[in-house]
Amino acid sequence: MKSIARLGAKGLYWLESLGDYGRFVLSIVGWIVRGPGKLARQQTLLQMFEIGVLSIPVVMITGAFIGAVLAIEAHPQFRAIGMESRIGSVINVSVVKQIGPVLTAIMLAGRVGGALTAELGTMRVTEQIDALRAMASDPIRILAMPRFAACILMMPALTAASDALGMFGGWFMSVQMLGVDSHAYWEYSRAALDVFTINNGFLKSLFFGAAIASIACYKGFNCGPGAKGVGKACTEAFVSSFVAILVMNFFLAMLLNAIYQIIWPNAGSIFG
Amino acid sequence: MSNGPQQLPASAGPPEPHIRMVNLHKRFGSLVVLDGVSLNVAERESMVVIGPSGTGKSVLLKLIVGLLQPDSGEVYFHGQRIDHLPDRELEPVRIRFGVLFQMGALFDSMTVGENIAFPLREHTKYKPSEIRDIVAQKLRMVGLENTEQKMPAELSGGMKKRVALARAIAMDPEVVLYDEPTTGLDPIRADVINELILKLNEELHVTSIVVTHDMTSAFKVGDRLVMLSGGKVIAEGTPEQIRCCAHEEVKRFVEGKATPEELQAIRLHQVREIAGEAMFSDL
Repeated sequence: MKSIARLGAKGLYWLESLGDYGRFVLSIVGWIVRGPGKLARQQTLLQMFEIGVLSIPVVMITGAFIGAVLAIEAHPQFRAIGMESRIGSVINVSVVKQIGPVLTAIMLAGRVGGALTAELGTMRVTEQIDALRAMASDPIRILAMPRFAACILMMPALTAASDALGMFGGWFMSVQMLGVDSHAYWEYSRAALDVFTINNGFLKSLFFGAAIASIACYKGFNCGPGAKGVGKACTEAFVSSFVAILVMNFFLAMLLNAIYQIIWPNAGSIFG
Repeated sequence: MSNGPQQLPASAGPPEPHIRMVNLHKRFGSLVVLDGVSLNVAERESMVVIGPSGTGKSVLLKLIVGLLQPDSGEVYFHGQRIDHLPDRELEPVRIRFGVLFQMGALFDSMTVGENIAFPLREHTKYKPSEIRDIVAQKLRMVGLENTEQKMPAELSGGMKKRVALARAIAMDPEVVLYDEPTTGLDPIRADVINELILKLNEELHVTSIVVTHDMTSAFKVGDRLVMLSGGKVIAEGTPEQIRCCAHEEVKRFVEGKATPEELQAIRLHQVREIAGEAMFSDL
């Protein structure tokens, strides 16, 4: 009986938290729509630099290596069936549709999500968030909205950087190291990569950016007392963001593939 | 000696309450923090709330400015009920308050000047040069001229409190709430803060509510002292009346004396520790 009651209480707590998180996100979106004011706009630019520009190197490095690894793993399989010239299409579709946006999101969740939660959590613990409210300023407008907007705006740019280096890494390994014909590599890649596929990745990156920032800010705003509370909030933010990215990626992939099938029912595969 | 509320003769003061709290109750989980607190604060009065740690003094301040909502009870500001207002409707009221937080709560990513300028940038249409002048003036008032460019991390505890005070008065508030203004400061720095509170009361004619357990500070800055214990008001009166109060708990608090039970608990602990050491040394 006790365990059922505990389970019920936990379920209620989760539902309550989910509702609270929903209200938090709506509040952020509300401020974007209403116009957050000069200070919040300045903060957004600052956050775009912190979140976006400073993440470019790490995102590019990981993108390049993942592209190269894909080439190493895929090349023997393609060579076995005599289709190694088509390896570019597989690498580039994988990078642009899935690996680019997902990897960028995960890197951002690790590099930025944790830092945002720690920063906001410390502000909560040291009463800086209360001080904002006491000065008649909404902390969601001043702190959460700029971080949310910066994450959404910078995610497609970071994804593009990751995609570009992923494609370069794949090309370098396939053509320069494994001897695949460069013309065929790019020709098959071009055929497989249509505008929809490229935008598919960018569209997903917007959702991932929104999830990372909103979860990180929410956890920071609601963290427990003391250093332990901040640490716990950071861990929860990273785990929740990571799960959210993968779950969203699954549903968005299903949805976008279904849309693609509706628009182009007779579209060919990467094998022709 | 009765443990109930000790009603002392009311001190003379303006009749209209600036802030009125009626039967406030607040609990966190099973912990009852405030259990029916009713208080009036007159305009330009300096009221000091004293009491042991954990008796809801800071919670009381947060209820007044709407950072927390009471479970039941009412808070009035100039006769307008404000405890049930959502944040957006509370904003015009909050602008009329200045709050000094216990640890200062300065924004650590901003300079001293930016911290003080923050409410002015948010809520006024002053030009940047005018804001600079106001910031310099407020810093002069707290004795910290030419510190605009310093970061909070570069300041000592006492300086942080003074900057936080300058920020609290940046908008020329009607009411200033002080949460433990002298906690963590040495006696000299604490006295500087006390003098500042008196100076601001005199120059800005503000209503002050000071929460503290520093009795030197309480007697120095308070026109009226209120003691909270167990979530209730157990004594209320002028500094002199509180100093001479016969209520056992108030007397012990003012004199800083622990109860025999509290001391007994420590002694028992010591005895157990010594006994434990003796046992281990025999092994």
